[in-house]
Amino acid sequence: MMESSLKMLAAMLADKRVSSRELCQSWLTRIEALNPVLNAFITVDADKTLAEATLADQMRANGQAGPLTGVPIAHKDIFCTEGWLTSCGSKMLHNFIAPYDAHVIKRFKAAGMPSLGKTNMDEFAMGSSNETSYFGAVKNPWNTAYVPGGSSGGAAACVAARMAPAATGTDTGGSIRQPAALCGITGLKPTYGLVSRFGMIAFASSLDQAGPMAKSAEDCALLLNVMTGFDPNDSTSLEREKEDYNRDLEQPLAGVRVGLPREFFAEGLNSEVAAAVEAAIGELKKLGAIPVEVALPNSQLAIPVYYVLAPAEASSNLSRFDGVRYGYRAPEYTDLNDMYSKTRSQGFGDEVKRRILIGAYVLSHGYYDAYYLQAQKIRRLIANDFTEAFKSCDMILGPTAPGTAFKLGEKADDPVSMYLNDLYTIPANLAGLPGMSLPCGFDRKGLPIGLQLVGNYFAEAKMLNVAHQYQRVTNWHSRAPEGI
Amino acid sequence: MSLSPDDVKRIARLARIEISDAEADVSQTRLNAIFELIATMQAVDTRDINPMAHAQDVSQRLRDDVVTETDRHVTFQQIAPAVERNLYLVPKVIE
Repeated sequence: MMESSLKMLAAMLADKRVSSRELCQSWLTRIEALNPVLNAFITVDADKTLAEATLADQMRANGQAGPLTGVPIAHKDIFCTEGWLTSCGSKMLHNFIAPYDAHVIKRFKAAGMPSLGKTNMDEFAMGSSNETSYFGAVKNPWNTAYVPGGSSGGAAACVAARMAPAATGTDTGGSIRQPAALCGITGLKPTYGLVSRFGMIAFASSLDQAGPMAKSAEDCALLLNVMTGFDPNDSTSLEREKEDYNRDLEQPLAGVRVGLPREFFAEGLNSEVAAAVEAAIGELKKLGAIPVEVALPNSQLAIPVYYVLAPAEASSNLSRFDGVRYGYRAPEYTDLNDMYSKTRSQGFGDEVKRRILIGAYVLSHGYYDAYYLQAQKIRRLIANDFTEAFKSCDMILGPTAPGTAFKLGEKADDPVSMYLNDLYTIPANLAGLPGMSLPCGFDRKGLPIGLQLVGNYFAEAKMLNVAHQYQRVTNWHSRAPEGI
Repeated sequence: MSLSPDDVKRIARLARIEISDAEADVSQTRLNAIFELIATMQAVDTRDINPMAHAQDVSQRLRDDVVTETDRHVTFQQIAPAVERNLYLVPKVIE
């Protein structure tokens, strides 16, 4: 059952071979056994999960079941979930019981999908290894001495370890795709604006986007159908007609032009990752896809641009954490300013403070034009590169990350080397394009390798088609870590 | 460019984050490494390029000027650090 696709689980529920309560109980048992090892969940609450499962079973009994009613899912702890601790991986919110549901949570509830709990993450989604979480690092299920990637590391690890059939994640600079790659699962960051950000704790609002993380592209398509849709509560939510992301899964790939940006295969790419991606290109060619070379000449600037824009937005977004209305407040202080400063000093971890400081600096008087405005202009150049590239290809393909998982602690003291992990994922966030990672092999150490697809705006169905066809002829995505 | 420990303390003050001298020293080294990375974008010629603030060119929607939210202060204040008579408590700011 733990290996079943969402479609198979839904069929089992529809045939009354299993109830949602039974499904949830099985996964809760597995979570209970594995979480002490992997630390993938911050909060598990069996009573709440089973209550939601009972509701799902009632929905089905009343003939109100949708395609995934009764199938459980794990939610990243960045989504406000009424009545559940919603910590965002931070001491600042270690006691924050959300008083309302994020739009994404509402949609999964309406679809009758019980929550298995809240997954661990880098503090405020700032990190690429899940080591910045106040609740401790998550371990990679393929080798517990290694990181799972981040910031949606708990989500990726729990799906890889079969502690949940699927999970939600968020991606500001690669936080769905990079951990999906490092844990050997499939994850998709939709076009900016497709999924509502309402109730999703903000990091960098012009880049943040939620998406599905699961075992396969087929599962991601089903989840995307639940997650997307207009929400008046998010001012950047797009008013578009509802799409069915399953519709193109079975389309043949003959004639699909996959663009290979030469910058994504240049220096800095691990040779084993390069070889696995090359092999994947070979598989796609056999399916009829046509590789074409494209250029993204400004993509090398994505990291410096991102580390101006994301911290600038974060320094503004995180100013709300002041110890007045919710969350942590320092126990001792002399006056109001002292209360703010001590609360924020004690409540935020090092990486979050670092990014707030960068943001405050680049936005400060005298530096705004040189940093913030310059970064916004280069952001435009990076987006224009993609527009140009999509004139000669239908989809861009490359590695998700420059290497496989690294050891816990290996990069924790070196922010710059940590930031370089997101070299290939950040450009899609800056441009607002959809991006996806799927497993395409393993290195000599037995650690998973991720293949990245970047599509044009609203090309999710096409990307899922390419990924699904690839997954029909390969089995990387169905491998699970041994001994877990 | 490079930041001095005093610069770090000045920014920390702006951001309302208390920072000790020792922390400012460590932060300075790490922040300077990050600013070195950021500096690589300074050389790019961006004359006549329109800054891109957002991924989609959409304008802000307007909604009808009607009440949409109900009063939930009791729920919201249950999770506040200090509340008295429906008010959030903070240290005295006016003598």
